[in-house]
Amino acid sequence: MVSIKQDIRIGFYVCHCGHNIASMVDCPEVARYVERLPGVVLSRDYKYMCSDPGQELIQKDIKEFDLNRVVVASCSPLLHEHTFRTAVAAGGLNPFFFHMVNIREHDSWVHTDRQEATAKAKALARAAIRRVAFHKALEVKQVPVHPDVLVVGGGIAGIHAALTLANAGKKVFLVEREPSIGGHMAKFDKTFPTLDCAACILTPKMSSVGTHENITLWSYSEVVKMDGYVGNYTVTVKRKPRYINEDLCTGCQECVANCIYKEPKFTDEFNEGLGKRKPVYIPFPQATPQVVLIDPDVCLNFKRGVLTDKCKKTCVEACGDRKAIDFKQKEQLIEIKVGTIIVATGFQAFDAKRLPHYGYGTYPNVYTALEVERLVNASGPTAGEVILRDGRQPKAIGIIHCVGSRDKKTNRWCSRVCCMYSMKLAHLLKEHTEAEIYNFYIDIRAPGKGYEEFYDKLNSEGVHFVRGRVGEVTDWSMTPEEEGKLVIRVEDTLAGFVRRIPVDMVVLATGLEPHADAQDVRRLFNMSCGTEGFFLERHPKLAPVNTFTDGIFIAGCCQGPRDIPDTVAQAGAAAAEAMVLIDKGHVEQEPNTAYILPDCCGCKSCLPLCPYTAITFDEATRKAVINEALCKGCGTCVGSCPSGSIVQNLFEDEEVFSEIEGVLAD
Amino acid sequence: MKYSYFPGCSLKGLGRAYEESLLPVMKHLGVELQELDDWNCCGATAYMAVDEAKACVLAARNLALAEKSGLDQIMAPCAACYLVLNKAKHYFHDYPAMKATMDRALGAVGLHYSGDTPVRHPLDILLNDVGLDAIKQKVEKPLKGLKVATYYGCQIVRPYATFDDQYNPTTMDRLMEALGATVVHYPLKTKCCGGSLTGTLPEAGIRLVYILLNEARKWGADCIATVCPLCQFNLDGYHSQVKAQYGGDVLVPTVYFTQLMGLAFGLSDKQLGLNRAAVPFKWRPVLPAEPTPVPAG
Repeated sequence: MVSIKQDIRIGFYVCHCGHNIASMVDCPEVARYVERLPGVVLSRDYKYMCSDPGQELIQKDIKEFDLNRVVVASCSPLLHEHTFRTAVAAGGLNPFFFHMVNIREHDSWVHTDRQEATAKAKALARAAIRRVAFHKALEVKQVPVHPDVLVVGGGIAGIHAALTLANAGKKVFLVEREPSIGGHMAKFDKTFPTLDCAACILTPKMSSVGTHENITLWSYSEVVKMDGYVGNYTVTVKRKPRYINEDLCTGCQECVANCIYKEPKFTDEFNEGLGKRKPVYIPFPQATPQVVLIDPDVCLNFKRGVLTDKCKKTCVEACGDRKAIDFKQKEQLIEIKVGTIIVATGFQAFDAKRLPHYGYGTYPNVYTALEVERLVNASGPTAGEVILRDGRQPKAIGIIHCVGSRDKKTNRWCSRVCCMYSMKLAHLLKEHTEAEIYNFYIDIRAPGKGYEEFYDKLNSEGVHFVRGRVGEVTDWSMTPEEEGKLVIRVEDTLAGFVRRIPVDMVVLATGLEPHADAQDVRRLFNMSCGTEGFFLERHPKLAPVNTFTDGIFIAGCCQGPRDIPDTVAQAGAAAAEAMVLIDKGHVEQEPNTAYILPDCCGCKSCLPLCPYTAITFDEATRKAVINEALCKGCGTCVGSCPSGSIVQNLFEDEEVFSEIEGVLAD
Repeated sequence: MKYSYFPGCSLKGLGRAYEESLLPVMKHLGVELQELDDWNCCGATAYMAVDEAKACVLAARNLALAEKSGLDQIMAPCAACYLVLNKAKHYFHDYPAMKATMDRALGAVGLHYSGDTPVRHPLDILLNDVGLDAIKQKVEKPLKGLKVATYYGCQIVRPYATFDDQYNPTTMDRLMEALGATVVHYPLKTKCCGGSLTGTLPEAGIRLVYILLNEARKWGADCIATVCPLCQFNLDGYHSQVKAQYGGDVLVPTVYFTQLMGLAFGLSDKQLGLNRAAVPFKWRPVLPAEPTPVPAG
């Protein structure tokens, strides 16, 4: 057994945290118990240790009682370790002579028996008392922060974050997977509740991004690799070939007009498949960058994506001296260095085919909300005229809310925007068609500035609201009025009976969900995901744009469903958080790094294990070397070293073993 | 391929046309069936509604007998049997109290049920074990020109959708297409046939029957193909009541999917129980005008 060192003088403090801890743990009893442990000079219980008087108490005691170690039993170190280390330093001690015990998240909040919870608090405190005796004075190191920022995703979140940073003079790399930035917002017709035109407010920002001297825009590109640590990330970006030289293309689109295909005949992704495009195309009129691209899957000069050079290449002819078309273009990998990263990769809409009873894919006149956004849009496939897939104009329209939201069988969460966008579409469809419009809802969720008023407006416009989750959309009819219509069967829970409502068009208000590849992106940027698959913020209230990896921030719907105002606010916050690091210029590094003892035998078994590539081999001394700046203190090498020659600060053997002994002792 | 065959009461009684067509069709495809020795009521009908424990014990005895027979899978063609046997299995695994009841009852007669035996529906076996390709090869008289409304009823897809989609099942559609028939759009695939309401609350039951028949007629179906004896009985047996309640004949015949398979395989009508229906199904496949050329040599 490791015995307490002779000259150790420990001060112990147990925090009540109001009722948070004191209601389940007998704090005075814990303090009385710890007072008798070897090495403890004083032991107190106090209502709020994190308060100013609490911190001052520590400082005063250090001087008065000549303390050289401090232990606080309170909440999670994530919240207040920094606070107490600072207090200990202010008292004149090295901050690493402090140790924190979590008796709130690990004890009082998760137990229901006061006696057992108190016993557990004592055991945890005992472990900390034993461990802290072996703590050593350590130094915090400073590492410079690279001033450039990477923004991943060019929707409204990424655009706003990039512009905020660029306007503050920071250099930004904006990487977007699609050929143009704009994201989902670029597809919308109007925005709720003000009904201002989405393109009118978005496109000025898009073109600013395109022309900003501080922004390097890489569209049709993806991040494939990220290494490094806060302040010093190395990122590899894959630029997919668009078969157009972006620097030479002027966006004149002569090539599109002169393509060997006279008529557009391939699915137009931007119009949600409602329109057609050519193999050479620009996604939409305001696309940024304003350059075309070639789809090798359908271009005649390729066969199944492989260049055959068999087309007459009328496009090249049309391009003429500009020479922007380059069929030989290859995928390109570019490595950049940045200090901070903002992930704003957005969402995907729920696939309505997963709910076959709503008939999407079976009945042509069942639409998703995004399709309707394009259908009512002046630049959409029908130039804004609401013409159904069968050529008719609808006289009655049903909008079904919560498709793939608030549903245990698909996605449990509320997608937050669907009530509002459904009402917006109801208004627009009414305006375009004068049809009777029915909204089928579970609850109307309109909690935003001007949102409830918008709901009132819709009611006064004569839009019908039926409270009930729709059972099915079908085409079997019982009456002559239902013939040839889509029938919505729903229990009207306000009227108290089942209704059959015949309509010509059904709009499915599909919910928001994480991208199918969100897990890959999570791993790429070393983030976490919540149970539903959205990226996890460090703290739901107080660190909403931070992640658990320093220097990586999140904004927009990749963190959870939200509307445009909230997305923009969050993107601004993420930009500000990045600027905090950039303008401070350096980050402090936790000294819990590992180091190699002279006994290292040079077996190299630790080298491939390090996830941060922090270990190298010194050929001169035949020993491993750990780069402190790269080491994240994960401990993998420590555990694997066959000769026990790797030590980690704050996790040295005697610290860990005495902690274990402490928790197991009676 | 050999399965333990659990006919249940229907296939020996009102639904005997199902057995009469199922057995030769399976034999034709090389599927061996061994009727379960000493089987009893599956536990469906009123049992499940009145006393779940009794229903589960009845089902468990059949499952235990199937295990004892040494065949590792049981085929239950009747939709009600299929559902109850699966439900008993589900209860056995998920509800310890019900498992104890089942164990105790079986123990009293010296039987044991392990909970493993898969309960399979013929559609499942035909599509997943036999395979559509093997079935296509056996088609001698394609059902060319026959328009079929495929009607699955509620019990083989709900609540346990083990081999097909809950809302939009397609196994029978694919089977019918493999036989050469045309499957018409039928939005009522899994809707209620009226169940026992045709007897207990005729007004409601007959309404459901009418909706099913009328919709099939509207979409141009020559017949409704079913997998369930009760569906067949309701859709076939209440035409006069439908006429009385809704003022018009909706004489769409309802046949078992196995009867259509038999016709396509070229089996004789008499083997397939086609004479038993109240609304006769008169359509017969004609052989292709030109016989398939025989390769020389």
